[in-house]
Amino acid sequence: MVELVRRECAVMRFGRRQLMLNVPVALTEALSNAILRGNEDDPRKHVYVRVRVDHVTLIIEVKDEGIGFDLDQCTSDPTTPEHLLSEEGRGLFLMQKLMDRVERFAGRPGNIVRLTLRRAS
Amino acid sequence: MSFSIKKQDDVVVVDVEGQLIVGNRQELKQKVLDELERGERKFLIDFSQTGYIDSSGLGVLVSLSKKIREQGGELRLANLNDDLKTLFELTKLDTLFQIADTRERALQSF
Repeated sequence: MVELVRRECAVMRFGRRQLMLNVPVALTEALSNAILRGNEDDPRKHVYVRVRVDHVTLIIEVKDEGIGFDLDQCTSDPTTPEHLLSEEGRGLFLMQKLMDRVERFAGRPGNIVRLTLRRAS
Repeated sequence: MSFSIKKQDDVVVVDVEGQLIVGNRQELKQKVLDELERGERKFLIDFSQTGYIDSSGLGVLVSLSKKIREQGGELRLANLNDDLKTLFELTKLDTLFQIADTRERALQSF
């Protein structure tokens, strides 16, 4: 999935750093978040991915079958001294740093995370 | 995605080939902990062949750093490309790890 999206972004001439860092890391975070947290690693549950990319913008929507979460409440700052040595808690932070916008919607049922990245000129 | 481990003098050198992500982080952790259990105390993880690292990969590095230090050992990282350096800078983990530009410099720093 990650390679497929990265390839399509390359066709649309996204920047090298976006192809090597922003897109793969943010998408990996969104997918693992959906599988492990949203679906609680339940193999009977599904994750749905919708991607739209053109020469201007990449939009990825990742939908799980979980009960949802509050994006703001789940995003702590892992760079503070009290969190720096924590083994977890960097996923949403990285998504927000690497994407231009991260939004969460109720999927009825489930939870949708939408990632938006504008192509670097 | 694989990890290769070899000994260079008294340093355990781990090469991360491909990605270090949620799907393979436990494999890396176990390999390093096995060496720690065997009595090894100096570790170098070389990222020259690494594509990208996700948050769980970063978490494993933090965990290994703590466990190695608890046993009186040392962990160094080497050969982070510019994208990986950015990842460490964004998360401020560049302040936690000793990071060398090359494997040779990392080995000399022990």
